[in-house]
Amino acid sequence: MAYPSDFQYTKEHEWIKADGKTGTVGITNYAQESLGDIVFVDLPKVGTEITAGKAFGSVESVKAVSDLFAPASGTVTEVNTELATAPEKINKDAHAAWMLKITLKNPAELNALLSAPDYEKFVAEEAGH
Amino acid sequence: MSAVEATTPTVRKTALNPVHRQMGAKMVEFNGWDMPVEYPPTGGIIAEHNAVRNGVGIFDVSHMGDIRLHGPEALFAVQHITMNDASKLAIGQAQYSAMLHPQGTFVDDVIVHRLAETDYLLVINAGTREKDFNWVRDNTHEFDCYVENLSDDFTQIAIQGPKGVKLLQKLTDTDLSAVKFYWLTRGTICGLPNTLIARTGYTGEDGFEIYVPADAPTSAMVWKKVLEAGKEFGVVACGLGARNTLRLESKLALYGHEISDSINVWEAGLDRFCKMEKLNFMGRGALEEAKAEGLKRTLVGLEMVERGIARDGYKVLDDSGREIGYVTSGSYAPFLKKNIALAYVPPEFSRLGGTVKVEIRGQGVKAQVVPTPFYKRPKKV
Repeated sequence: MAYPSDFQYTKEHEWIKADGKTGTVGITNYAQESLGDIVFVDLPKVGTEITAGKAFGSVESVKAVSDLFAPASGTVTEVNTELATAPEKINKDAHAAWMLKITLKNPAELNALLSAPDYEKFVAEEAGH
Repeated sequence: MSAVEATTPTVRKTALNPVHRQMGAKMVEFNGWDMPVEYPPTGGIIAEHNAVRNGVGIFDVSHMGDIRLHGPEALFAVQHITMNDASKLAIGQAQYSAMLHPQGTFVDDVIVHRLAETDYLLVINAGTREKDFNWVRDNTHEFDCYVENLSDDFTQIAIQGPKGVKLLQKLTDTDLSAVKFYWLTRGTICGLPNTLIARTGYTGEDGFEIYVPADAPTSAMVWKKVLEAGKEFGVVACGLGARNTLRLESKLALYGHEISDSINVWEAGLDRFCKMEKLNFMGRGALEEAKAEGLKRTLVGLEMVERGIARDGYKVLDDSGREIGYVTSGSYAPFLKKNIALAYVPPEFSRLGGTVKVEIRGQGVKAQVVPTPFYKRPKKV
């Protein structure tokens, strides 16, 4: 699956799509593949402050629990509540199944993230281990 | 939870390892073995789990260990080291049992198969193979019988699910309908004569486990023929992930989780497999004392009421937040579509319908004590 070029990526396998001051956050296709069948998502409430690099929630497959790390700092303005009852949507299309929308606190933080080609290179190396 | 330590430093592989990789299995290390956890191209854990509940799935369980005891006093040896009553076994019958420390706690659980008049096969867990074999050998010196470690001799394939019998029948002339659950026979399978065929498993479903020679070409040939024969039944290859969720729904114990060297038979609720009326067996004295003292903790089934999944090792709390026990196994249950767990709690918290909390990432999440097994296969009509 292609990694959208208008997303930016973390080494912990989250993506963020910035549109002005708004960022939309999810996990990557590589992340959903590594996790396997996703059965539970724990997301923060609207109004929560999240901090770049810090855990903001968790995602669970049948086998494993993984923390979700914020790609950027900001305030949660919207949560994809569909995922609470249909977490498998992340397996079906991880790049469409967004988790949060946030108001970016400092858009310059995004410069530290990986571009699509850099992320693809990164996961190719990681998968090779 | 103390995980079972691998007894050898190198990761071991079953004869089917290259076949799993070829099939695109996701491989993990399990008790020192490089094993498939799931096969994403053909299913993934949930699809594999439900294939076994509704149709048929196959598992490579060659990492399990096999210990043979044979000779004039083999029965006495088996009786001495296991808690169930092996004298009740007819030739061709099997029973669930366990080997106990003198303290009444578990060395391992085991399926005892009676192969012939004075010939028994003990099938044991992967993580405890060496420990178990040494333990069996060391504790049967006084009996006139041979103890052999056959663990590396077999590729063991489990064919599990309501359609397993139809699948396997296509590969053998032996009448499988004559083999009842927890019985075994020998027959030709895929052209391999005298193959051990046991109607056993670890999924809570009907099914078979076959024991074929462990060389790679033979193992791969049988695995492929079983998959081929199962096509019309929608067979899928299943990994350890589905094996774990299937056994959890059916409340089958896993060593290092529900049973261990610090948990006794009464706590684990395995009373019906422990025959105190037998003359003597290792651990019996301690079990008598433990019974007299009464239970301090007991294994219960939990179903999450609030959102969250209880996982192995999570704390169990009472309503006031006081720690009262721990989760031994917990997961999303793919067939039941619920979040379930097994946990040790003091007996006063074991009442069905009662509620406790499971500590998940610092939060007490409500769970209810429910009847077990969580899943019971429908009776045949």
